[in-house]
Amino acid sequence: MTPPRLADKLLTLFCAPHLREEVLGDLHERYVLRVQQLGEASARRRYWRDVVAYMRPTFIKREASDYPTPTHTDMLRNYLKIAFRNLTKNKVYSAINIAGLATGMAVAMLIGLWVWNEFAYNQTYANYDRIAKVMQNQTFNDKIDTWSGQAMQLAPELRRSYGGHFKYVVTADYPGNHLLSLGNQKITKSGNFMEPDITEMLALTMLKGTRAGLNDPFSILLSESAAKALFGNADPLNKLINLDKKWAVKVSGVYADLPQNSSFQNLAFIAPWELKKKDLPEWLSWGNSWFQTFVQIADNAGMDNVSATIKDAKLNKVRNNDDTRFKPELFLLPMRNWHLYSEFKNGVNVGGQIQYVWLFSIIGFFVLLLACINFMNLSTARSEKRAREVGVRKAIGSLRKQIILQFFSESFLVVSIAFALALLLVLLALPGFNSVADRQIGIPWSSPLFWFSALGFSLLTSLVAGSYPAIYLSSFQPIKVLKGTFQVGRFATLPRKVLVVVQFTVSITLIIGTLIVFQQIDFAKNRPVGYSRSSLLSIPIKTDDLITHFATFRDELLNTGAVEEVAATDSPITDTYVTNSGLSWKGKAPNMTDEFVTLRVTHEFGKMIGWQVKEGRDFSKEFPTDSTGFVLNEAAVAYMGLKNPINEIIQWGDGKYKVIGVVKNLITQSPYEPVKQTIFFINYKRVSLITVKINPAKSASEALAKIETIYKKYDPDNPFDYKFADQEYARKFGEEERIGKLASFFAVLAIFISCLGLFGLASFVMEQRTKEIGIRKVMGASVANLWQLLSRDFVVLVVISLLIAGPMAWYFMQLWIQKYTYRTELSWWIFAASGAGALLITLLTVSFQSIKAALMNPVKSLRSE
Amino acid sequence: MRRSDLGEFEEVVLLAVAALSPKAYSVVIAEELERETGNSVSTGAVHAALQRLEQKGYLTSLLGEATAERGGRRKRLFTVTPLGGRILEEVRAVRNRLWDRIVPKIRLEWS
Repeated sequence: MTPPRLADKLLTLFCAPHLREEVLGDLHERYVLRVQQLGEASARRRYWRDVVAYMRPTFIKREASDYPTPTHTDMLRNYLKIAFRNLTKNKVYSAINIAGLATGMAVAMLIGLWVWNEFAYNQTYANYDRIAKVMQNQTFNDKIDTWSGQAMQLAPELRRSYGGHFKYVVTADYPGNHLLSLGNQKITKSGNFMEPDITEMLALTMLKGTRAGLNDPFSILLSESAAKALFGNADPLNKLINLDKKWAVKVSGVYADLPQNSSFQNLAFIAPWELKKKDLPEWLSWGNSWFQTFVQIADNAGMDNVSATIKDAKLNKVRNNDDTRFKPELFLLPMRNWHLYSEFKNGVNVGGQIQYVWLFSIIGFFVLLLACINFMNLSTARSEKRAREVGVRKAIGSLRKQIILQFFSESFLVVSIAFALALLLVLLALPGFNSVADRQIGIPWSSPLFWFSALGFSLLTSLVAGSYPAIYLSSFQPIKVLKGTFQVGRFATLPRKVLVVVQFTVSITLIIGTLIVFQQIDFAKNRPVGYSRSSLLSIPIKTDDLITHFATFRDELLNTGAVEEVAATDSPITDTYVTNSGLSWKGKAPNMTDEFVTLRVTHEFGKMIGWQVKEGRDFSKEFPTDSTGFVLNEAAVAYMGLKNPINEIIQWGDGKYKVIGVVKNLITQSPYEPVKQTIFFINYKRVSLITVKINPAKSASEALAKIETIYKKYDPDNPFDYKFADQEYARKFGEEERIGKLASFFAVLAIFISCLGLFGLASFVMEQRTKEIGIRKVMGASVANLWQLLSRDFVVLVVISLLIAGPMAWYFMQLWIQKYTYRTELSWWIFAASGAGALLITLLTVSFQSIKAALMNPVKSLRSE
Repeated sequence: MRRSDLGEFEEVVLLAVAALSPKAYSVVIAEELERETGNSVSTGAVHAALQRLEQKGYLTSLLGEATAERGGRRKRLFTVTPLGGRILEEVRAVRNRLWDRIVPKIRLEWS
């Protein structure tokens, strides 16, 4: 008998509360009538139709409450209305204000996201706080070098003698590209050989198989994406694949891809360390720091304690041999420091990436500060126009508190608009920013923290930017303002001037800094390199066939005509990382611990790269004794203190070598550091790279195709990989160039925001002085006169900022440039040029307004009141 | 007559209130109109019209007694105000005058 409940519920939902009783009553009464007339089923249908008929505005609209909360919205609405009217009335000011603030906020937001991302590095690992890498300090000639490399004997020793401090100790190779093949399908992926406990340490999420799968010495764990690339949708578990054409291994598990933004992000597979170990020479000892050791400390252990405990773990083992003199000291580098604090100088942690995090945080802060200063300046400048409004409000009965609130809400409104705009700007800029910063940063829309900090950030900005006008404007005395005797004191403009000086000091400092960064890069780039990098190509040797058949391989390449010369080396010419020690020569100080960069080369190497022989001669096949000959660079001659280096005999291990030539210094390492003492000698066995000089007359793509065909004949399995020496060399400047690019971007933004503010301020001043200008013109002032008069004030401010910014920039850049051994001078012309540039930009900005004001017809400006 | 002030449905509802007075409320009006016109009339439509008429000042209302079939809810009873009565009279007068001007011969042709 009761009408449909759902319909009633629906009705109570939309129907206004004060009508609910009569409406429901009517519906129910009619329902009873209908049941009698038409029966229940039909009555229910009609009931629904009737309920729907009530869905009209008159029934939905709620009655206005007699007691609304907040009780008095009228004034609040008035504030908003006035704020909007002000914004639309002064369109230029509003645009300058909002645009300036939005760019400032967008920059701060971008930098904030980046900094957040940097600090989040590696944090996704569950054992983040307990994982560390074992590092070692070794002393060479009173200089301490810090390495992450460790001997393979270290992990067993740590387990045996210090087992209680660690939960897991894992030996690992360095990650590298390896060939995975399944039947005819081959892919090259970056992976590593690691001991099985790594799976527990990184807490791998296993999609198939188990973490224990790595215990089998002929197994392999694939990442999800590697498994997909190799097997497609088929089940990879327990299938056999081939690793580097050497080992048949069984896929014993598939793990979810390791998180982006972490040290192991590219780890596409993990193979057992045992597999790699079988392949290593037996003579490897404590002196061969070729591998990495990762540890997870015990749950109750402290990182610093454990680090101090293992200090002598290596020294204790090498007491009786030669390695003692390097005084090896071990310590732990916790995972939290891997990314941000990874650089060491003379055994002391000197930060690393964290410096850039700080640098950009500071820049972001300053850019935002500049935007806030604009906002404050423009609002206070306009305050005189609003003095009347404040007077009237106060006369009607506004409290000071209410006026402060009004101006704060006004600034909050502007900040909110700017924030929305900034969000849009960030969205547009993120793809470009990501490609420069080499990251994958997105806006965390769903993170409450993001919104919370965005809100806090907006509130703070509006508080900072709105505070000065709010407090200043609300202090006006209504009687003075309304009588018209209100005069802004001489000192009212002082804070404004100070803020402009701050703005320009920051901008000019940034510009000088950027110019010096670029000068330093340029300086290092123009340094004589000592050899020719053009058309030089290096190909890594991945199969022994290339070494044993090097001569025929070379002949075949030369026969194509696309290649001018071919040579082999053990490290790339642009990055000679092999060092050796234990050499002795006539006049060597008895307790000198020597260290040389060594480069194994083939006969034609010198001719190919075009080194300049200073004394003696180059290697030659005509002298069979050259196989025990040394070519030194100038630095090595100076290092050894040889007067007449040619034909000098050098003892190295069991061999005696004769110096046959001296070449000019070649920059094969950092272009900012002095060239290290280097020895070149002939070796056709222990080489790892083939360097090819392409015939400059042939096109690179044509030559590459020919080289690849021949390469494939000797190494059919591995993909043909190559690097151009000039590109590799250019990469040495990559980091500095990236900083330079970003810094110049921010410097331009800073000067843009500052000029925007100046433009607004100038236009305001001109407007205020319209009458004065009119009278001056009537009295006979020329346009040039007026322009000079009006621009002078601003130019003075910029000159003051120049005087502050110059020494400040000099001080900071002096500190920065100290870290480069090979550095440019801070030349005066950079300071002069940026000063002149800043002045010019200021003049242009101000002149636009001052000339406009000076050209105005005095009749017009004096007539209007 | 201000035609725009009184819609056709409103006029009929106003008339019904007058006819059913003093016991006029949305349910009986809707039922009455359904019976008279043969079309279905929802209480919602009637109620909306009553509210509009009250706003224009042609009706007044007060809450009546509660009944069991209404689930113990009170009903809103409407009565025509003097202004409403005058408007009804005016509308009727206009109609009558126009009716009177129709030539009897034409009226025969319709039927």
